[in-house]
Amino acid sequence: MDNLILMMSPLLSSKLLLVLFFGTLFGLILGVLPGLGPTTGGALILPFTMTLDPLSAIVLLTSIYCAGTYGGAITAVLINTPGTPAAAATCLDGYPLAQKGEAGRALGMATVSSAVGGIFSVIILVFFAPILAQLAYEFGQPEYFALAIFGLTMLASIGEGSPIKNLIAGAFGILISTVGKDFMTSIDRFTFGINELTEGIGFIPVVVGLFAISEMLTQSTLINQVFNRVALKAIKLPSKDDYKKTWKTILRSSGIGSFIGVLPAEGGTVASLIGYSEAKRFSKKPEEFGKGSIEGIAGAEAANNAATGGAMVPTLALGIPGSATTAVILTGLIIHGVRPGPDLFREQPDFLYGIFGAMLIANVLFFIFGFFGAKIFARITLVPNKILWPMIFAVSVCGTYSLNQSIIDVWIMLFFGVLGFFMRRYGFSVVPVIIGLILGELVEGTLRQSLVIFDGNWLMFFTRPIALTFFILSLIALAFPLIRSKKFKK
Amino acid sequence: MKNVQKQKRANKGLPFFFRDEFKVSFIIILISVALLITTFTFDIVPPILNRGIQPATFPKALLVLIIVMTLLIYYSATKNPWKVQNKLPKSFFLTLLSFLIFVVISKTLDFFLAISALSVFVSYYWGEKRIIYLLLVGIIFPVIVFVFFETILGLRFPPGIITNIYYS
Repeated sequence: MDNLILMMSPLLSSKLLLVLFFGTLFGLILGVLPGLGPTTGGALILPFTMTLDPLSAIVLLTSIYCAGTYGGAITAVLINTPGTPAAAATCLDGYPLAQKGEAGRALGMATVSSAVGGIFSVIILVFFAPILAQLAYEFGQPEYFALAIFGLTMLASIGEGSPIKNLIAGAFGILISTVGKDFMTSIDRFTFGINELTEGIGFIPVVVGLFAISEMLTQSTLINQVFNRVALKAIKLPSKDDYKKTWKTILRSSGIGSFIGVLPAEGGTVASLIGYSEAKRFSKKPEEFGKGSIEGIAGAEAANNAATGGAMVPTLALGIPGSATTAVILTGLIIHGVRPGPDLFREQPDFLYGIFGAMLIANVLFFIFGFFGAKIFARITLVPNKILWPMIFAVSVCGTYSLNQSIIDVWIMLFFGVLGFFMRRYGFSVVPVIIGLILGELVEGTLRQSLVIFDGNWLMFFTRPIALTFFILSLIALAFPLIRSKKFKK
Repeated sequence: MKNVQKQKRANKGLPFFFRDEFKVSFIIILISVALLITTFTFDIVPPILNRGIQPATFPKALLVLIIVMTLLIYYSATKNPWKVQNKLPKSFFLTLLSFLIFVVISKTLDFFLAISALSVFVSYYWGEKRIIYLLLVGIIFPVIVFVFFETILGLRFPPGIITNIYYS
């Protein structure tokens, strides 16, 4: 009961309500604009959160996350271009249904299923995050090392694209985290005599570079692309018949999305694809999928929004991000001096349940905004790229510079922008780089501390049951794509 | 689907050193080897101060892992070639050039001027020819962003021709 009251605390504070309102609105705009999204938006707004107290800052970031994930559906339905990667599966049925003159029905279903998926995942978060945090008390350095390795292998195996390329990208992310003074011995590594690099490479320049600047370069190759826009008259609530057809799909996808979100992988993107394919598998009319099936929209949208709450579970309970956006939220927590983990649950329940409550309210808010404002948000996509991207560049440069007031950070951002473009061009996902970068210190630190505990004996890792379990799970995760491809060939 | 197969066949016809999978793998391995050599220049911690492993060991292990996995992707690409990528358009190289101009101007003249120049350059080459819109992206918006960051975050931008006038 006390926790329920704590969860409702954002409703009692006008400041938090204002932050929620702004965050949801900003998240929706970011979600609608193809190429931008909650990860880039969160990274760009991070410097501004310094002017807020920790709870308001994280509420702002989480509301951007929830609304941004939904916002991608609007462009997916109306212009057949997912606003965020997580909305890619929504295009498959959303756009064909819109072409049949039922854009309002498609967006209505996307809005309802997104809100249900999001709220479902917050309930999962409220119940499971404290349990996982309790379990984390059993974790020592070797267990955290094994957990981080498990996270990275999961990222490789169920993330988008080639698992080996994902592993290379993850290892590269960890390598970036080794730049600067070694945190245990203060010895310089990969600094090449540049003083500014002794502090290491910051998270924000890398995120903004890999997401915003590389997307700007991608857009530069698409300037002649023409979108076929479908007109939207008004968004419609799903009919009784639609509810009857889809309620099971929405619940199933919400479960799938929450589960995928908890795994340290690509969160919403993978969740929506699995949610969509499972909706098709269970459907009585699978032949309608790809031609405007209402179940397809419900399956994809409930799953990607359900991944938001799921991804927050390991982020808050263990400090292991479940997606690229939660990596940004984790950075926000660290910047504000909040250390995620079991102690957070014991010492700051008001802070934690405030976040849970804010996520719940954000899901309700984007439902209202989406329902009444989808038509207006859809118009944002009319802003031409030739105007939009130079503006995003200006904000990216100032945002990156502002954190440390360092011009080197801007150069790093540009470098990672170019690198990110070529990585994507040749099929390397940039998400593992972000997760690798944020987990790098944890991986190396726990490995080295474990070796001190074990007196340099590597084999001692396998005498710890929890660590051993994670290593076995990592092996299964690595073998999974191999089994999957063999099964697919058959 | 047919298009992808066509692109893959086109790639298979090229000599191995022209194929994307070779070029990408070669660059990754070359950089990794260079970094691996660098790790041998890291200071060595005396045993009494050493905690677990030497500071160079972990990056070394990562780089070896990257090299091995890159060889693996190259090997798998010999059986299943990557599809040939479309040539990059002129607008891409111009955007890349604008980044270079940004670096040069912000280093020599002014940070604000660099943002302005890049915005106008990119907007113009991406197809915006109307003066009013070029003014919007090149002057009005950067001014708003500057003032916004300066007042809300109390940010001080690097010195330069325009920023010095503003601060004085």
